[in-house]
Amino acid sequence: MNIHEYQGKQLFREAGVKVLDGVHCQSVEEALAAYDSLGSKVVAVKSQIHAGGRGKGNLYCPNDGTLLMEGGVKIAFSREDVEEFATGILGHILVTKQTGPAGKLVSNLYVESGCAIAHEYYLALLVDREEKSVLIMASTEGGMDIEEVAENTPEAIHKVWVDPAAGLLGFQKRNLGMALGLSGAALKDFFRMVGSLYDLFVANDCAMVEINPLVRTEDDEIVALDAKVSFDENAEFRHKNWGDLRDLSEEEPTETRANEAGLSYVKLDGDIGCLVNGAGLAMATMDVIKLYGGEPANFLDIGGGADEAKVQEAFEIILEDPNVKGILVNIFGGIQRCDIVANAVLAVSENMGLEVPLVIRLSGTNFEEGRAIIDASDLECTSVETLAEGAEAIVGLIGGGQ
Amino acid sequence: MAIWIAEDSKLLIQGITGSQGRFHGEKMVEYGTDVVGGVTPGKGGQSIELADREVPVFNSMLEAINATGADASVIYVPPPFAAEAIMEAADAFDRVKGEGVIVCITEGIPTLDMVRAVSYVNDRPGIRLIGPNCPGIITPGDGGGCKIGIMPGHIHAKGRIGVVSKSGTLTYEAVAQTMSIGEGQSTCIGIGGDPVNGTGFIDCLSAFEADEQTVAVVMIGEIGGTAEEDAAAWAAENMSKPIVGFVAGSTAPPGKRMGHAGAIISGGKGTAAEKFAAFEAAGIHIARDPSEIGAVLKVALEQAGLL
Repeated sequence: MNIHEYQGKQLFREAGVKVLDGVHCQSVEEALAAYDSLGSKVVAVKSQIHAGGRGKGNLYCPNDGTLLMEGGVKIAFSREDVEEFATGILGHILVTKQTGPAGKLVSNLYVESGCAIAHEYYLALLVDREEKSVLIMASTEGGMDIEEVAENTPEAIHKVWVDPAAGLLGFQKRNLGMALGLSGAALKDFFRMVGSLYDLFVANDCAMVEINPLVRTEDDEIVALDAKVSFDENAEFRHKNWGDLRDLSEEEPTETRANEAGLSYVKLDGDIGCLVNGAGLAMATMDVIKLYGGEPANFLDIGGGADEAKVQEAFEIILEDPNVKGILVNIFGGIQRCDIVANAVLAVSENMGLEVPLVIRLSGTNFEEGRAIIDASDLECTSVETLAEGAEAIVGLIGGGQ
Repeated sequence: MAIWIAEDSKLLIQGITGSQGRFHGEKMVEYGTDVVGGVTPGKGGQSIELADREVPVFNSMLEAINATGADASVIYVPPPFAAEAIMEAADAFDRVKGEGVIVCITEGIPTLDMVRAVSYVNDRPGIRLIGPNCPGIITPGDGGGCKIGIMPGHIHAKGRIGVVSKSGTLTYEAVAQTMSIGEGQSTCIGIGGDPVNGTGFIDCLSAFEADEQTVAVVMIGEIGGTAEEDAAAWAAENMSKPIVGFVAGSTAPPGKRMGHAGAIISGGKGTAAEKFAAFEAAGIHIARDPSEIGAVLKVALEQAGLL
């Protein structure tokens, strides 16, 4: 789960990680009031969306797609600048390297004081799955695309892994700071800051915290000019505040609905709906559809042990996608009982009507019962025994394939 | 003799009084697993009926292992308490026997909890953790065997193919594929789809290489991380037995989490294409479609002079 920069900076502030004064705004009037209240001659006017590359992105009109402004993060030197930039950003579509060509509608702004920058750094914390520990990564090449730095100058990236039992140790903080070339007051400030940031990472069950750039000011202070924070959704049960931080407008509404029903759903661009149990099998089902010349309309994992209501909800979600021209149900029952899926399919086709071809593959726990239920009904569908047969059948039925 | 779990291994169930623990407890007993008891704090002294046997419930793992001499435990504890259950089992097995296998089925454990739990387990060299978020491990026997987890027992048969997979249902698919060419399994392991887990591909390959019963391995990966690439590089140097490999997620879009917490392509890394390429470079026999695993395995066995 991602949050906005202004929300991440509030977490930083509370944890003692230095950030500049700033105000979250949703209108041009609020942006102007923010400029007046900050009392800083120079401010940054920053688009708030859940994607990176904002500075180099472009803003487009949502109605006719005309280019309105270059750059989603602007430096304003006057009240007039703030008005111009806020007007150019709010209510418009920001397209960046990470949003894809459709871009994202900007409804939130962050107006932030300026500061005198001496140097820009990069700092990130994430869980390293190979080392199975929290990795802190820092580089002197701030403000740049870190993937590029990793490719071209890997020696410029410094890494520290935290032993979960011992925590982040003093020598690790000091060595990392010195590797960045810091000394004196700046080193001391970095030492304190990186400790606070690690505590924040753990206390908030973060998946990633990325600060690009982290800066040293001319007064030798270490300040986070950016805050990209994402949480580990598995830990939601112990963070009641995440509900307030979640911006549903940044998420695909169908995915949110599926999530609430306990389903994993990702919308794709194809026309064959898939209903599968298990994430690996759901991915493999998409892959095999593609191998047979079709295009999957979605990833959908009903999980283990789904009841009839959950399977029905999954079916409804698939059928609501107007692109879907056919459906492949692929179940290999472990915890999941095939008869439950069969009953749910019948119920949905009775309630909603089924106007697209349906192919069903049932295997594993209670597959005989499941197939018997389908065979005894007057449901129009093709029953198959393997995934490959299923993919071939559905691709053939919708008239696609090679 | 299969790996890690023998046909007659003695098993404890952590969370035995919960609905999952009880349901799968019955299934495991029906399959032939020697379930010797379970743990639910606060319910010690009770007993629970699982299929045709009645087993004792203990308050702690220490008490349970001392009383039963169990070799392994399986965890069906909800996510907020699962990492703690892993560490309790690791501590108890280490103290009482110096060794033990812990299989954690639970899905949805916070990643930082697993960072702590895996570190705790790794500090105790005799302890092996399988999972979390996995179907478990099964060593089929002659008329029964040892099933630890949630996989459907009836699809398996004792044999000479080792199976290791990140995904649950794809493991079943792979098992069905071995059966389609008349081959059974030595041991099947689901290592789980979480970003931070216990036993990995290399641990499994290494154990299969050393196991006399196993002659070939089916390995199923998925997008995310570099475990498949690392395993392929290791296998190229260290495996004499043939491997058949499949990777799920060729069609997955970047940056999206595909069900499993670990299944995400980030920064262009962790794609199926890279993993297939690593498999190919390591001489692993590739199935592009899971329905082909049987046929590819057959060719691999023939080439190795095993058919």
